[in-house]
This record gives sequence, C-alpha cells and structure tokens, in this order.
Amino acid sequence: MDMNQYLSMFIDESNDHLQSLNEKMLELEGSPEDISIVQVIFRSAHTLKGMAATMGFEDLAALTHQMENVLDLVRNDKLKMQNFIFDTLFKSLDALEAMVQDITQGGEGKADVSAIVTSLQAIVRGEVPNEDGASGNAGSNAPAASAEAAISKEQIQLDEFQHSILEQSLAAGHRVLYIEVSIREDCQLKAARAYMVFDLLERSGEVVKSHPTVQEIEQEKFDRSFSLYFITEKDPEELRTMILNLSEIEDAKLVSIDSDTLAQLAEKLEKEEEEAIAAPVTVEAAPVAEVAAEKASADDKQPAAAKKVVAAPSRTIRVDIERLDVLMNLFSELLIDRVRLEQLATEIKSQELTESVEHMGRVSSDLQNIVMKLRMVAIDTVFNRFPRMVRDLAKSLGKKLDLVITGAETELDRTVIDEIGDPLVHLLRNSVDHGIESIAERVAAGKPETGTVNLRAFHSGNHVFIEIQDDGKGIDRNKVLASALKKGVVTEDESRSMTDEQVYQLLFAPGFSTAEVISDISGRGVGLDVVKSKIATLGGHVAVTSTLGEGTLFSVQLPLTLSIISAMMIRLGSEKYAIPLSSIVETGIIRKEQVRNVHGSKLIPYRDAHIPLMSLSKFFDAADYSEEDEEETEIVVIRKGDRLAALAIDSFIGQNEIVIKNLGKYLPQVQGISGATILGDGQVALILDPNALIK
Amino acid sequence: MAEQIKVIVFALGNEEYGIDVDKVRTIERMMPITRVPKTYSFIKGVINLRGVVIPVIDLRGRFNLEESEYTDQTRIIIVAVGDMEVGFIVDAANDVVDLDRDNIDSPPEVVGGVKAKYLDGVAKVGEDRLLIMLNLAEVLNRGEVAHLEQLED
Repeated sequence: MDMNQYLSMFIDESNDHLQSLNEKMLELEGSPEDISIVQVIFRSAHTLKGMAATMGFEDLAALTHQMENVLDLVRNDKLKMQNFIFDTLFKSLDALEAMVQDITQGGEGKADVSAIVTSLQAIVRGEVPNEDGASGNAGSNAPAASAEAAISKEQIQLDEFQHSILEQSLAAGHRVLYIEVSIREDCQLKAARAYMVFDLLERSGEVVKSHPTVQEIEQEKFDRSFSLYFITEKDPEELRTMILNLSEIEDAKLVSIDSDTLAQLAEKLEKEEEEAIAAPVTVEAAPVAEVAAEKASADDKQPAAAKKVVAAPSRTIRVDIERLDVLMNLFSELLIDRVRLEQLATEIKSQELTESVEHMGRVSSDLQNIVMKLRMVAIDTVFNRFPRMVRDLAKSLGKKLDLVITGAETELDRTVIDEIGDPLVHLLRNSVDHGIESIAERVAAGKPETGTVNLRAFHSGNHVFIEIQDDGKGIDRNKVLASALKKGVVTEDESRSMTDEQVYQLLFAPGFSTAEVISDISGRGVGLDVVKSKIATLGGHVAVTSTLGEGTLFSVQLPLTLSIISAMMIRLGSEKYAIPLSSIVETGIIRKEQVRNVHGSKLIPYRDAHIPLMSLSKFFDAADYSEEDEEETEIVVIRKGDRLAALAIDSFIGQNEIVIKNLGKYLPQVQGISGATILGDGQVALILDPNALIK
Repeated sequence: MAEQIKVIVFALGNEEYGIDVDKVRTIERMMPITRVPKTYSFIKGVINLRGVVIPVIDLRGRFNLEESEYTDQTRIIIVAVGDMEVGFIVDAANDVVDLDRDNIDSPPEVVGGVKAKYLDGVAKVGEDRLLIMLNLAEVLNRGEVAHLEQLED
C-alpha cells in the first residue's frame, strides 16, 4: 500500500509527540516524584510507538518500546527516576528526533540505536551504572574508538616533550620519519616480528614514540599494524627496503616530516584535546545524524523513489482551526452583502451592475464550497491506514481476520479527524488482540476460522457514530470484575450491584488491563484509558455492548459541533426549516381524503401499510400556516430505525449542503430541534431532529 | 480613590439600566430573528451575528413587563457572561457613562417592576438621573427560569 499520503501526517504527529515528550521530561526532571507526568510521557511514547510500527519504521518503534519499558517501571513505582535515567531517556529522544528528521528528508528512519537500547535494557534490569552510567561509558567509549581510528590513519599523538625533541632533531638537520608498519595477517608471532622491526630501526636511529606503546607491542596487544616517529639520518627508501626485507611484513609506509607538518600536528593535537572534552555530550547525536545524512544521500541516488518521498511532507500545511472559523464567519457576512447587492441591482435595473453581481455570486458560491470543505475531511484518511495495521497485527498474533470498513466517506470536522486516529487504533488493536480468538479456539467454538472486525462510520441525528464490532469471544463479566477487584478499581460491595454496561466501562479505568502477558500490541492498560479521555475531550463517549461468545461492539459517539450535511429545506408559512437528508425516506403529496383518523391520531397509507401523519405546524406552533386549510399537502416521510412517519409541511424549497451550528449555550435542549444553520441570505434556519419527532 | 467603571446605558420602559461595558460585546440594530419553538416566551429566537448563532431575549418579557412594538430605536445588546453569549432586546441604547463604584447603592425591593435579585444596585448619575445596574448572572440563570416556569404551570 502506498504510505506516502500518510507520511506527512505521521511526521507532523511524531514531531508533536516528540515535542511534548521533551517538554514533559523536563517537567518531570523538575519534580521526579510526580507519577502523573510519567503517565503522560508514557502515553505519548506508546502512541509514537504505535504510529511508527504502523508506518513500518522498525528502529523508531524498537527504541520507543525500550523507553516504554523503563517508563512502565517508573509508573508502577518499581523504579525511581535518577539522573542517569534522565540522561539516557533524553538521549533516546534525541535519537528519535534524528530518525524522524531523516524520515522528513526522505530517508527510511533507520539508525543504529543499539547503544541506547542496551543502556535502556540495563536500566530495566535494575543495573545502576557507576557514576555517569552505562550510557555515559558507552558514549565516551565510542568517541575514543573513533578517535583512535582517525589517528591510526593519520598520525600518532605526541606530547609536548616528544614534540620538542622532534623539533630539535629537525633543527639539527636530522630526518624525522613517520613510519607505519603492517604485519601479514597470517603471521603467528606478531610481537616477534614487531620486535625485529624495532631492533632494525634502533640500529639506525631513535624511536621517539610508537603507537601502541612498546610494552603493548611486546605483549602482542595490537592488531596488525603499528606506527612510530623515528629520528634518523638514513634515506627513507633505504629504510623501507630494509623493513620490507624482514619476513612476514606486509607493508611499510614512510613519511618525512618537516617543521611545517610538525606545527600542524601540534595544532591538531590541541583541537583533539578540546574535542575529547566535548565529545561525551555531542557524540550520541553525531553518529545518528551521520547515518541520516548518508541515508539521505543514498536515497538521492534513486531519484524516482526518493523524490516522491521528499515531496510528500510539503503537500499540506497546518492551519489553526480558529482561523478557519473566522474565515467562515467573515464569509457568511460577505454572503449577506451579496444578497443585498442583488436586490439593489434589480431595483436599479442597471445591466452592468446586474452582470457583475451575478459574476460575484458565482465566484462566492465556489468560494463558499471551498471554505466549507476546508474543515471537512472524509474519515477515509484515518481508516485507510488500518487495513495494513490489522493485517500485521493478525499475522504477529497468528490469527486470521477480515477488516470490513463501511462509511469511509463520512465527513468529519478536521479537529475530530486529527484527534480520533489514536483512540481508534487502540480500539482496533484491542479488538484484534483480546476480542478475536485464536484459530484453534474459533474452530472449537464452531465459528469460521477467519474472524471479522467491522469498522463503521455514519451520521445519525446530531452525532457521528464510529463503531468497531468483532465476532470474537466477547467480554467475560466475571473476569473483568475479578481483575478490577484485584487491582482495587472497585470494592467487593460495589461489584455486586454493577450492571453489565458498568462492568464493561471498567475496561476504560486507568491502569486496568485483563491481559496477563504484556505484548507490544496491547495489554499495558494504557490503551483504553487513553481512548476514553481522548473521546471525552472531543465531547463524545464510548459505549460497549458485548455478548459472551459472540462478540463485542465498541460504539464511539461524537458530536457534530461543526459538520456539513445534506438537507432538504422546507417552508412552514414564513419560517424555513432544514430536514437532514439522511433521515428522509421520500417526499410526496397527499390529499385530505386520504388521511384517516384512528383513535385521535392521523394515519396515511404508505406503500402497503399505514404510517402516522404528524402536523409540523402544530408541533412548532407555526403562526401563519396550517395544513388543515389545504386540499393537498406536501409530506416528508422520515425514518428512525425501522419506524416511519410522515410530516405535513407547507412547501419544499430544495436540497442544500448546510453547516450545522449549535443554538448557543443559553438555550436549553429544544425538543425536535438539533441545531441551526445559516442560509445564503444570512438568516438562521433551524434543523429538525427527526429522531425526536418519532416517539 | 474608588474604582471607576464604564457602563452602557439602555432604556426599558421609563427606566434607565446599566451594564458593565466589559460584559458587552456589541450593540446591534434590530435584525431578522428566527423563532425557536417550544421554549420560553421571552426567548424571541436566534440571530446570525457574523456567522455565530446567538439566542435573543426580550428583556421586557424576561422581567414580566408588557412587551412593546419594536421601533427604530430598538437595539439588541450582545452580552457575554462566562461562555454564554446572549442578545438582549431593549427599547434603546445610546449612552455610555463613567461611574464610581461607591455611588452604587443596594437596590430597593422592586424597581420599575424588576425584582431586586436581578439587580446589582442603583447608581445616581448627575443630579436627577437614576441608573439601575443589572445582575447579568441572575438574569441569565436558567435554573431560576425553570422554577418560574413551574410556578406558571
């Protein structure tokens, strides 16, 4: 599947999470005892891990998983935060940042994180490294090793004393040589060969400094080569031949050093000393950054693939939702003026004015469409990343299952779309991990091998519903209660009087998890509690229904604070109302004699049955309309579930896309009204709530 | 030195009332109001104020005063209390005065037919001008409204 379209979203979200991780870590450093901060950090890390795993960035996921392990201990009071833990965690964050940076630049987010992972694992094992900690050691070893590598390629370090000897020798007209000797790989007695070299050299000059030291060389503590500074009066070529004449010597490099090179060497020495001091701090970031840079350049060499990846992040920009609100409101103002201008143009009867007003009308209706659509996003953008995730999950758990998605075209406000991804990931993981049984269990229970998870989204009345339904084993009430009792979430007394729904809601309690084994999928008891708090902040709620042995349904209900729906605009005398198209079955006209009175309520024939006819004008106390005066009345047949009813109305205006707005905080719930919308002429029209009309 | 406040002055019947200027968003001329059925009679409906739907209360109706025809002078004062925005329909609104908080006296039982609990006090402006300060929180108290409704039933 093409992941490019989600890449920018991933990068944005990852950066947000890293940002908040950094902030919270700093906050925690200030007050290390505050477990609630650890909870927040843990959740961020958990989400980041989930996203990284979904996108296939293994190294990112692996590192966050190790961080999570450490945080989990802290969270459960099994580990106290200490300085070295902070250091390691911060280093981990730096590494994560570098990886995300790499991904942003089109790389694959790969990096060698083994050093950090090792120190994180050490912390989990409870090892307290001496003084600066394992991470510190690992950190300082690394630069030393790399520095050594650099030096052996270049020259050995000289101290001031040796430096001055070389200087004096040069001044006295002697030759100073830098010699690098490598011994054959299959040599058995390296120390002996090295000794022979030293012996040879010592007969024709003086060895000032060798690397490794003479002692180390004698104890064979060197690889295959060693290097040294040598003062002599002999010709370098002659010396070289002499060395090479010794057996089992592979190569010998001789470089003459004059006073200039010597001065440069001295400078370098100083620099290296400075770097050595600074190294432990910067070194962790450096290798990763290097890797990132290498990756980026490697990718450049595959132009087709690389360019696509690089282009992805720049395709969207993030805009503050508030600005969109302001834009929308200003635009409504413009519409009012447009209507006024149209009226004036007709009054003045100026051809040119009418034409330009018409043009303005066309432009502004296009503009209106765009402004409205800016905020609305099909939930498809969230749903699309799920099939891959569910497939991978099922595979790793050894389960077979189908994910059936319906209603992916349902449009939701951008704010909701941005926030709803994480909770849905958790719920889906939960269904796949805990809901659907293993193949063996399913066969034993007489179910098909392949489980089904249904993911549905739809508008209903004033809300958007997102449902996740599995045909798994259902929730075991007793198991949930037992676990809740054990963890002290509920007391014995409370547990006896709890309804099933209340018991299911325990799943969303903080720190609650029925899974015995901690997997990287779910079972840490963070998932569902995050889900609940997230959905609550969006003003919605989660309901759970479950039948033991048959499956579980998680139903997420979200309010339509701002959403565009298709509606039928109708007139009731001088008043205008909007009826959501989703609940309209059909429209028609009935004659007065078709209406029958049965026990005081009116019925009309519809298809093969009779359905109740409701007078909207009576229900709303319309002042200037009553269908009683008419021979023929327009009706709208509406539906709630499988029940139908007809509404008698004055006349139809037409179908429209409308923006749902609430009636303001002051007004109490108004029966039969779900909200309001602003019409093209600037007037407010109320939106009917068909659910409230059918009792 | 007592605290100075700025007050928007509006007319209702024969009396002049004041609202702290900080609580007032804007003052609008009369505009089309969409009736909201099945609610209190003093809630006249909702208006579109620059893209935001805002409920509008006829203040005469709220204080059980006789409702009158809207004229050219009729204004809608949009006030914001907490996170609620509400429009008040008043007979006229055309003055802003500076007040000394010390000059606000506690209100008598009933002023111009308005119960004392809706009032913050009465302020004397100049020689013979009395300004009745509204207690917006009470005016917008919905619990109280529900109680009132029950009594009427």
